[in-house]
Amino acid sequence: MAALVLALLTTAMALVLLRALLGPTVPDRILASNAFGTLTVLWLAAYAATFQAEDVIDIAMIYALASFVVTVAVLKYVEHGDLGAAPDDVPPAEPRGGRQ
Amino acid sequence: MTDVLATVGYGLAIAGAVVSVIAASGMLRLPDVFTRMHAAGVVDSLGAALVLVGLAIAGGFGTASARLLMILAFLWITTPTACHALAKIARAKGLMPPEREQQETGP
Repeated sequence: MAALVLALLTTAMALVLLRALLGPTVPDRILASNAFGTLTVLWLAAYAATFQAEDVIDIAMIYALASFVVTVAVLKYVEHGDLGAAPDDVPPAEPRGGRQ
Repeated sequence: MTDVLATVGYGLAIAGAVVSVIAASGMLRLPDVFTRMHAAGVVDSLGAALVLVGLAIAGGFGTASARLLMILAFLWITTPTACHALAKIARAKGLMPPEREQQETGP
């Protein structure tokens, strides 16, 4: 029965990946890749249940953490064009005197 | 008792996977990024909850099910955050839901 879960989740991942490849705008692609990451976490959990591999659950946990950080980093890059950009409501820092 | 738990758990997990397929087809068919975000929210909340809780019930209660529920708690915190940031950026890049666009271009 867990193999059925795996098959269905693989189908959903294929559909979401198709949206990421087609998606006309950049937010479409980011949204699809974020959903693909969530589905990958679920797929890994179903894999662990199917093949009695409990270690894979730890991989799913790390994947969930990394997927969120990567999504937020890509969103910041798309918004500012610079990963080190300051938030909008913070004034830019003064350049230091000794650093010409 | 174990058979009952396994049946209930895998039933929930299969229901979650079906919900995920429906939401993924929604992401493929809906017209613009905001409606697709609505479909993606179904995967992130209901699909993930059903699959992870179902697998946690089916596998019996122990460290594995505790880790599955931790993954669920983490997903429930992070995916709305990412979706909020995504909607803000889609709006900042000039994308609009169609009805709002008609209202604002009217007299």
